[in-house]
Amino acid sequence: MPVSPITIRSWLLASLAGLSCLMATGHTLAATAADIESEFARTVTSLYADSYDEKASIAASLAEMEHPRVDLILSALIEGNLYRERRTDVIVIARSLDDGGYHLTDAVTGEDMGDVGRRGARKISVNNSLRRQLKGLVAGRQLNVGSPSDRIAAIEDIVNAGDEELSDVLRARAEKENDPDVLEAISIALIIFDLDAVDEARKLAAVEASATNLHPLVRRKLTAIAADESEVDELRAAAKTSLAEITRRVERYQMVETLFFGLSLGSILVLAAIGLSITFGVMGVINMAHGELIMLGAYTTYVIQTVFPNALEYSLLLAIPAAFVVSGLVGIAIERGVIRFLYGRPLETLLATFGVSLILQQAVRTIFSPLNRAVATPEWMSGSLQVAQGLSITYNRLYIFIFALLVFAALQAILRRTRLGLEVRAVTQNRDMARAMGIRNTRVDIMTFGLGSGIAGVAGVALSQLTNVGPNLGQGYIVDSFMVVVFGGVGNLWGTLVAGLSLGIVNKFLEPEAGAVMAKILVLIFIILFIQKRPRGLFPQKGRAADG
Amino acid sequence: MKRIGRNLMVAVLLAATSSIATAADTIKVGILHSLSGTMAISETTLKDTILMMVEEQNAAGGLLGKKLEAVVVDPASNWPLFAEKARELIAKEKVDVVFGCWTSVSRKSVLPVFEELNSLLFYPVQYEGEESSKNVFYTGAAPNQQAIPAVDYLMNDIGAKRWVLAGTDYVYPRTTNKILEAYLKAKGVKDDDIMISYTPFGHSDWQSIVADIKKFGNAGKKTAVVSTINGDANVPFYKELGNQGISAEDIPVIAFSVGEEELSGIDTGPLVGHLAAWNYFMSVDAEVNDDFIDGWLDFIDDEARVTNDPMEAHYIGFKMWVEAVRKAGTTSPSAVQDAIIGVAVPNLSGGIATMMPNHHITKPVLIGEIQDDGQFDIVWQTPGTVPGDAWSDFLPGSRDITADWQQPLSCGNYNVKTGKCSGQNYE
Amino acid sequence: MILNTLMKSEFLDRGGKVLLLVLLVMLITVPAANLLIPADSFFHVSTYTVTLLGKYLCYALLAISLDLVWGYCGILSLGHGAFFALGGYAMGMYLMRQIGTRGVYGHPELPDFMVFLNWEELPWYWYGFDQFWLAMLMVMLVPGVLAFLFGWLAFRSRVSGVYLSIMTQALTYALMLAFFRNEMGFGGNNGLTDFKEILGASLQSDVTRVMLFVCSVAALALGYLVCRFIVTSKLGQVVTAVRDAESRTRFIGYRVERYQVWVFTVSAVIAGIAGALYVPQVGIINPSEFQPLNSIELVVWVALGGRATLYGAALGAGVVNYFKTVLTGALPEVWLFVLGALFVLVTTTLPKGLVGIRDQLRRSHA
Repeated sequence: MPVSPITIRSWLLASLAGLSCLMATGHTLAATAADIESEFARTVTSLYADSYDEKASIAASLAEMEHPRVDLILSALIEGNLYRERRTDVIVIARSLDDGGYHLTDAVTGEDMGDVGRRGARKISVNNSLRRQLKGLVAGRQLNVGSPSDRIAAIEDIVNAGDEELSDVLRARAEKENDPDVLEAISIALIIFDLDAVDEARKLAAVEASATNLHPLVRRKLTAIAADESEVDELRAAAKTSLAEITRRVERYQMVETLFFGLSLGSILVLAAIGLSITFGVMGVINMAHGELIMLGAYTTYVIQTVFPNALEYSLLLAIPAAFVVSGLVGIAIERGVIRFLYGRPLETLLATFGVSLILQQAVRTIFSPLNRAVATPEWMSGSLQVAQGLSITYNRLYIFIFALLVFAALQAILRRTRLGLEVRAVTQNRDMARAMGIRNTRVDIMTFGLGSGIAGVAGVALSQLTNVGPNLGQGYIVDSFMVVVFGGVGNLWGTLVAGLSLGIVNKFLEPEAGAVMAKILVLIFIILFIQKRPRGLFPQKGRAADG
Repeated sequence: MKRIGRNLMVAVLLAATSSIATAADTIKVGILHSLSGTMAISETTLKDTILMMVEEQNAAGGLLGKKLEAVVVDPASNWPLFAEKARELIAKEKVDVVFGCWTSVSRKSVLPVFEELNSLLFYPVQYEGEESSKNVFYTGAAPNQQAIPAVDYLMNDIGAKRWVLAGTDYVYPRTTNKILEAYLKAKGVKDDDIMISYTPFGHSDWQSIVADIKKFGNAGKKTAVVSTINGDANVPFYKELGNQGISAEDIPVIAFSVGEEELSGIDTGPLVGHLAAWNYFMSVDAEVNDDFIDGWLDFIDDEARVTNDPMEAHYIGFKMWVEAVRKAGTTSPSAVQDAIIGVAVPNLSGGIATMMPNHHITKPVLIGEIQDDGQFDIVWQTPGTVPGDAWSDFLPGSRDITADWQQPLSCGNYNVKTGKCSGQNYE
Repeated sequence: MILNTLMKSEFLDRGGKVLLLVLLVMLITVPAANLLIPADSFFHVSTYTVTLLGKYLCYALLAISLDLVWGYCGILSLGHGAFFALGGYAMGMYLMRQIGTRGVYGHPELPDFMVFLNWEELPWYWYGFDQFWLAMLMVMLVPGVLAFLFGWLAFRSRVSGVYLSIMTQALTYALMLAFFRNEMGFGGNNGLTDFKEILGASLQSDVTRVMLFVCSVAALALGYLVCRFIVTSKLGQVVTAVRDAESRTRFIGYRVERYQVWVFTVSAVIAGIAGALYVPQVGIINPSEFQPLNSIELVVWVALGGRATLYGAALGAGVVNYFKTVLTGALPEVWLFVLGALFVLVTTTLPKGLVGIRDQLRRSHA
């Protein structure tokens, strides 16, 4: 690449900034507010450099300045909001506008600069290593301010940045710190830094102290030490002992983890299948459009998020009743429009509802485009819950598991405690007899189908947090849902719960051995053989209904 | 509704034009992209790209004094249907050239048809290589134009020493990973430091695999993931990565199948900093790219749409075909096959793409980091362009094979050692 | 002669006679119009059309095989596509072996994808597939044995109705996942393709294509006659009795499951033959043929044409696929709406399918 004039200029600026730094330290006393201001401006302007190394050193010198806008600029750089205005070359903080353009603020002065078009500003790009360094710099500055939890987060950033100089900042902070939790975090962080220490004694102490520390960095460094032939034998032996201890702990957690993975997969199966279990069991209707009702629930979530872009944290909660209503209504429409003509011919409902599923899929494709839609995850559902160091459970799966249990409990309550539930159970057991007892079958059918479909919609809300929201969403779950329902026994909610969870767990325990695909094939073969043994599933219905 | 309207219009146009087609006063351009089924997500855009190129060419006076006319069919993501529709385009509609296909299996399915009827196919997607047909022009990247530079970047600039090769279980990831495995071993990476994992299409439960990657990454050395995971499986994969706390700074993931179009359906927050290797990004700073984007947004009439790498491949392929037809003075496939080798046209990143004798083109390799607006920041690029290599040098079976469609060799599968030409030209 | 007696016999119903007549006309006119009439003539039938018709015929045969089990035994198989695909794979394996050294890597024995995956030698289950007779045997044997095993297990333990349907779906789904795996040795997602010749004749020549078409016509006619023979025989009547009242038939003393297994197996064999004829005409076989959705669509062809008539199934397959060809070309977005609406309308308003329309009209007038 030819050396462009910009490169040369930015080099000059960078060295100028460095020079002025030196001068500034040399004449601290003489430095006036105006000097600091102009030096700050020069450093910021030089951030538009070509290489990431340059940017890193400029950012480092920026972080040493005592200027109120330093934190603002560094975090804008991390978040990718720092731009250069195209005509004037002023460094700006930009906010994206809906039409693709930007709203600009002067980074140095904070002055409002109005809106520009899509190509009005060029981003100052950062890459991963620069971003990590920047986070460390910001954390170093934040260590002395903020709440204890902010400080712990900052310490974690410093550890990840791995910058040796920052360990001095930590030591300095340890002197002043009062909060015991923060102090402990600092001491753990310092041990990790000590794993790279030049001083052999300090290093050995750190290696020995690390045996109970499940931080991934510790494992990484210990493995490196254990494998490094240039290290002293004593140190390597200590590293191996510590590693063995860590591995023992990690393996114990792995069983728990796999169990959770299985429960999580199972809870998704249960959510997807439970609505089907109702319509299938109660009405003998094979609803092939069930997957599309799930899809509608997911799209409802998307629409709600689009309508309330500023209430991301709550829109998901709002989406649950909305999806229930939308899918429930569509379900009722399917029941009234198609299925009611087909009662008593269960296999033909399969064909008709398959037609409905094609129509729904194409309708969504026409309205929302065939592209997947982006559904955002609220803050409280991202990340993971640290159960113990080395064992964490992702929040989204945890909530979905709990949610599945809640939905199950609610359904049980409806079926056991309400008038509708009583009627539904009566119709399930013997349709004609129930009618003879004065139960209005039509009403029960509508309500049941609406309920089952609504539950499918609610499942869609949960799935929108895990997978693509697109026209094919439903197809991926319909076959699995059928398997769960049939395996558990048609018309038995407990059967569906047990079947879903156990299939999930079996799948996850098979997966490490057999691979994802073989695990699934084995589970399918298992179901096929199981049905030969027990043709009515795990929990068969008893009585006359079983003849149906 | 607008989409239905447009399709109705295309249908009416088709019906109207098929009756006068016998007059042969137009040059027909076939478009063979799935407009329904699972691949519609990616391929519909490519159909629109060619329609735009045809419209632009006609506005600029057509070609050889004739107007171009696009013929669109829908192979519906159904592989046997691809072959049938290809035959329909060539034998029934008598098109002069076809732009189409996305998946490898669709290309393999139509290949015998194009060879039998001697027509031209421009294939715009990065693929596994190991093929060079007389009738196909590969405007997407071969493995040496995407995978190998990407690994070089991770090795040299990021310092990666341990590798996870994760892919969907089909031929493109299999080949790419095989080539990469051989390449990494040649660079001194040990067996223990490579983990290979395959998952089915549309895989949605990534818990166990991500946990495995995490475990693998905690074993001492800097780890990177090379992902050839396809389409829909990507969203749950990245979500799981984010939730299990693997950030791009710890374990960067470089993807070969994730572009702007795929990102537009994802909440990109947790993806920031992960990488992709392509030959074009929408964020490329070049005047010709700005014009292309403006033209595209204007044509599609939606400010929110994006451009991506396969679109650029179609742009280059179309320009090359036009250039070759001009040079040959005819649209006859044989003449165009001869004329197109050596044709050079501007690409969208400000450089030049040249058609090589092996029917692959020269391309720059770019590496971008995902930003929270769904765009890529280019963090690295090759100094010049890289010529596409049909037969990988890192696979034992294909090391000795070359492709050269010029006389006197005129063979896509020539074994240098045995001096034999096999495959298509076998008699 | 035979034809004459067939046409006059009571053995065939009216629809069946029409079907056989149509096939006879196709058998004579299509090859003649393709091979004898010059290409620029109006009456010329292009090779593209011949192959397309051949494909429809294979689908029709598949539909008839499903109608045999669904229409007459009441077994709704949602996995019949699996037998079709297995037959197709057996044929595909033969065709792969015929490529010989003309493959990409020029290996005399191993197909390209095996060379590529570093397989050292042919896996045992590929042995003998270079022999046409063995491949043809496998076309029938593999689907037949699988259907027999599955049926034997399922019918003996009286898995029925919805449970049976879902199990057949599980079967085809599991097979799809298995064939997608590259380790299986069937080419993974790409499947088997790039065929060169069959029995020494190039697959790209017009004569071969016409011959394949002729075989498809013959197979459909024969398949129809076999099914018709089964349903009109005593066996067929028992089977129909099982469909209408399983328990009663059992109490009379028939071993219901034996009849069911038998018919299910025959049906699978016919489906396998349909698949074997399909593959050389479309030029590729891959795991997507195992998709559960394909099998469901197949059920709809039968329902649309008219169940329990056999010829109705053939008609349904032809009509749906013809519309599919036309509409996916012109109106891809509308196609799914039309298909979906068709399913709903046929099942709710035309329980006897297209061939039942006349009866239905007559009854409503009466």
